[in-house]
Amino acid sequence: MTDNVKTAVPKEAHAGKTPWVTITKRDGVGLKRRILIRVAAIFAALVLGSIITPLVTGDNPLSIYGTMVKGAFSEYRIWGTAQSFVMLLGISLAVTPAFKMKFWNIGAEGQVLAGALATAAVMVGLGGKVPDWTVTLVMIAAGIGAGTLWGVIPAVFKAFWKTNETLFTLMLNYVAIQLVEYFLKIADKSGSNTVGPSLLTHGRLPVLFGQQYMLNIIIVTLLTAFIYVYMYYSKHGYEIAVVGESENTARYVGINVKKVIIRTMALSGAICGLMGLLLVGATSYSIDANLAGGNGFTAIMVSWLAKFNPLLMILTAALIVFMSRGAEEVSTKFGLNSSYSDILTGIILFFIIGCEFFINYEVHFNRRRGAKKEEAE
Amino acid sequence: MINGIMDFAARAILQGTPILFGATGEILTEKSGNLNLGIPGIMYVGMISSVIGGFAYQSGGNINPALAIIIPTLSCLLGSLIVSFIYAFLTITLRANQNVTGLAITTFGVGFGNFFGGSLIKITNSSAPYLSLTKLSRIFSGQKIVPDSAPWYQHLLLPLGFLVYVSVVIALVVGFVLKRTRVGLQLRAVGESPATADAAGINVTKYKYLSTCIGGMIAGLGGLFYIMDYSSGIWSNDAFGDRGWLAIALVIFAVWRPSIGIIGSYIFGGLYILYNYISVSMNMIPIMQMLPYIVTIVVLIITSLRKRRETQPPASLGLNYFREER
Amino acid sequence: MNTETIQSGEKYALELKNITKAFGTKVVANKNVSLDVKFGEVLAILGENGSGKTTLVNMISGIYRPDSGEIFVNGEKANINSPKDAFSYRIGMVHQHFKLVDIFTATENIVLGIDDGSRFNIKKSAAKVAEISERYGFDLDPNKKIYNMSVSEKQTVEIVKVLYRGADILILDEPTAVLTPQETEKLFAVIRRMRNDGKSIIIITHKLHEVLSISDRVAVLRRGEHIATVNTSETDEIKLTEMMVGKRVSLNIGRSEPENPRDRLVVSHIDLYSADGVQRLHDVSFSARSGEILGIAGVAGSGQRELLEAIAGLQNNVYGEITYFDPSNDAMIDLRTKTPMQIRDLGVRLSFVPEDRLGMGLVGNMNIIDNMMLRSYRGGKPVFLDRQPPKALAERIIESLQVVTPSAQTPVRRLSGGNVQKVLVGREIASAPSVLMAAYPVRGLDINSSYMIYNLLNAQKENGVAVIYVGEDLDVLLELCDRIMVLCAGRITGILDGRTAKKEEIGLLMTKAKEVQRDND
Repeated sequence: MTDNVKTAVPKEAHAGKTPWVTITKRDGVGLKRRILIRVAAIFAALVLGSIITPLVTGDNPLSIYGTMVKGAFSEYRIWGTAQSFVMLLGISLAVTPAFKMKFWNIGAEGQVLAGALATAAVMVGLGGKVPDWTVTLVMIAAGIGAGTLWGVIPAVFKAFWKTNETLFTLMLNYVAIQLVEYFLKIADKSGSNTVGPSLLTHGRLPVLFGQQYMLNIIIVTLLTAFIYVYMYYSKHGYEIAVVGESENTARYVGINVKKVIIRTMALSGAICGLMGLLLVGATSYSIDANLAGGNGFTAIMVSWLAKFNPLLMILTAALIVFMSRGAEEVSTKFGLNSSYSDILTGIILFFIIGCEFFINYEVHFNRRRGAKKEEAE
Repeated sequence: MINGIMDFAARAILQGTPILFGATGEILTEKSGNLNLGIPGIMYVGMISSVIGGFAYQSGGNINPALAIIIPTLSCLLGSLIVSFIYAFLTITLRANQNVTGLAITTFGVGFGNFFGGSLIKITNSSAPYLSLTKLSRIFSGQKIVPDSAPWYQHLLLPLGFLVYVSVVIALVVGFVLKRTRVGLQLRAVGESPATADAAGINVTKYKYLSTCIGGMIAGLGGLFYIMDYSSGIWSNDAFGDRGWLAIALVIFAVWRPSIGIIGSYIFGGLYILYNYISVSMNMIPIMQMLPYIVTIVVLIITSLRKRRETQPPASLGLNYFREER
Repeated sequence: MNTETIQSGEKYALELKNITKAFGTKVVANKNVSLDVKFGEVLAILGENGSGKTTLVNMISGIYRPDSGEIFVNGEKANINSPKDAFSYRIGMVHQHFKLVDIFTATENIVLGIDDGSRFNIKKSAAKVAEISERYGFDLDPNKKIYNMSVSEKQTVEIVKVLYRGADILILDEPTAVLTPQETEKLFAVIRRMRNDGKSIIIITHKLHEVLSISDRVAVLRRGEHIATVNTSETDEIKLTEMMVGKRVSLNIGRSEPENPRDRLVVSHIDLYSADGVQRLHDVSFSARSGEILGIAGVAGSGQRELLEAIAGLQNNVYGEITYFDPSNDAMIDLRTKTPMQIRDLGVRLSFVPEDRLGMGLVGNMNIIDNMMLRSYRGGKPVFLDRQPPKALAERIIESLQVVTPSAQTPVRRLSGGNVQKVLVGREIASAPSVLMAAYPVRGLDINSSYMIYNLLNAQKENGVAVIYVGEDLDVLLELCDRIMVLCAGRITGILDGRTAKKEEIGLLMTKAKEVQRDND
């Protein structure tokens, strides 16, 4: 029994252990404060950018941002900016329903390529053999259908066997990329890396108002409205939100969770397929493995930064496109590499991603009022 | 015949080694519950950092073999450490979404690499769109062409630079640490159930930081190998391709075990170059290169169908840990 | 250093002096509790749900800190700020919810977090685990993976984990809640062996026969206060029940006579198994009648949740019959094999206020209007949501139930507990149910909100609804319910008339499982 008395009590057990900082989840941060925190983050990122950029270019920061504005909005670049913007926005809208459901679809790149590939295949395969309007109709069905398929496959496995969707959709991107490469090899015997406008002549979608990108702009505008209404005013959108928030509640009210997962990913994939269709059938009339240009990944960030709100996505997509178009101009002007825009975009993303913390959590600094002494007595 | 097979094996190993580095690093990171999709970017930064270090050293003139290895290696480790740390800080301390942060890291890392790669190419006033560190590379890399007359084992071994062995040793060490040591046990507990680990008195934050940063540095070495050995010191933008994503695929293929990762990386490497050795039409090359991803998807599906607990991803993978204050 | 060790008389392994702990400003979990535990004794802490037992032991094991009061270990003042600190005083606690890594072996879980500087050798640790198991008579394979283990094996791992760290004071929080009677007997044998080994054991329970069979002394808590500590040999079930439930308190909850009660829901011979194959309900049969409140009493985890979920179509492994009688034509509808959706489509007007309000009944991040829609969104126009009716409903509920909220657009997770519950109950009542099930609808609510809920339930009853009320406060059950059904360990141990039942009688039935088991054998 005496053993018990000798119980070793390490010294640190006596030390008062009030940590110097405590973090608590916080709730209901006002809209004003949320906006303020995000604006502050973007501002901080721009300041950091304006410290780094002069180091590389030797120009003063203000004139660099002037150059960026010019790069994005000058007369001969504005349409290109608009095109990049609507494509990024469109893909961001596509991934949004899935994300709202907490289905981490990072396969948009592949879903877009699947749609583009099907479109191009129809243009090459049927072009000249049937009337052009038939080609167009088949193209639309094939493009959207292929995107849908690419989205539904991982959804089925997720719904029935809980297969990790992040990894599955990620892998499918590269399957799509290699399929495109394969298509390039068999469709264009010259061995080039693209199948270009010379081969994709039949069934092109109409050019509206004499403006090459007008069709895309109109479709994505409609799409934005559609997704907004779908997410907030339709029964499907409501079910998606319930499943994403709590599968338990979904079960309680009798929502068929599997059905919602598959249906939502079908929609996500279909819109990606539509974007692929537009890229090939209405925009470049060409296809290569880099057609989606990483937008499938950037869209994930755009959607997330906008908290899955389609209207806010207009802003976040615009910010990212402005950064990249602007930085392209900066790099041209100063003879820098065009990848400079990725660095600036990356920095801005880091700041915006990081600032969410200060919206969701509260940090208290605790003064250590001699806690140690007091306890050691 | 045997020489041909050995040549093929050596090429497969060289193809597989960068992926192995990346996968080993990612396994270590994922075991702590962090799904780091920034690995491709981190490998890219590791690569350009070793180029920058090597370039600075090579420009100095004299080349000392020890320093020629140490300087690019250290700059590679430093570069990949910094980027991994950004990821770790955002996801662990600021509890940002891991997928979004990882993708941002990859955007940033690839941009960073191409930017400095491009800028260095410009500085050298070279007419070709690449940068050459051939002198340094000779120290790193194996003998790329083995005469036919050489005995068979030389066909296998001579092309392999020392980093190939380093990659195997690191994979084995990581596997050993994870499986057989106290640190490994505690790390796995963090990745499976951070709340349980926390209750057992394990410093969850520390383990997550260490595994993410060390994992990032290991992955960065894949970049070092790729530039100094595989591509003989010649940098050109975007040549690294999708190897970073292949590394993430390999993690799944290897069901989170580095020792399987070694074999898997060589299988991936072999599939990548198989078209050179069997008679397929050029058209089939992309289909062959698709195989690693298809195989990975099949593994992913099989493991989720079989539901064997040991082959599942770490249970808290992708989720950030926050202890509610009471 | 040792100046404080000279204490009067007997030396205790553990002493609590005037411990008080409050959560927020309203809830006082423990008020001035003083307790002591001797070396080599088993002390049972007895009390109803919410009497502050778990909070009290959580302060001993370092999870909470007392607001005031002192803890002495071996006669020395102890400063316990974390579970680690508790371990340094050789105090170990086995929680109700196990903290184990599923894919690890027993040994790996047991050594997790221990770093004594020695070389890591899992084989040696496994041998030590085997040795401890043998010494105290545990049936434990050190190399078995947790996910292959039964609940009782997992509990064994938790206990061995504590012993492995050299604990001399063991706290077991409701260890028998998850065990079969046979497993309970085994556990008690082990506890006796540990006691004979000189260890002090604190066991929390609300099963009286267990208290009598295992403990040396019993400390009774009621509403956060320490009522008394008595020697087990000098007490009996009746005395303990009286101390535990206290004198009957009059609450003045109105109760009308049921009008023309008719069977609305008849449950017969239900057996139910959980996903991991454990039987949770045994041969449960009862009927709920229109115009009547049927109360369900029982200690937490006696199968109440499973029973209600089975009726609502949320449980899979249910055997027996659940029949609903349509109030319009008395048509019989079988509910057992139906999903919630099918139940609804058949026109069964069944409302369910689940125990887990924000995890099941409501979506915390959605506002009140959208939460109203959970039940009704499928109706109305095709494709699009119609937010007008739920908005009107939300506003009606906010007004009539006096929900304190900035607006109907406020996410429900930002409301206080009472207001969350008003929103949930309000919605469930709004669909004009013919059967209304409510699980612990007043848990965590203040007095006024509680009475509002009672009144709502009474109003439903007077409208001819068959109300099923799962509660924990016996005084409330006795004043509110027309009949009281008592569940114990998944079995019905009695169905009493609410007007004539005695509190002690219910208390005994709630803890009777073992006797009933014996009767069946």
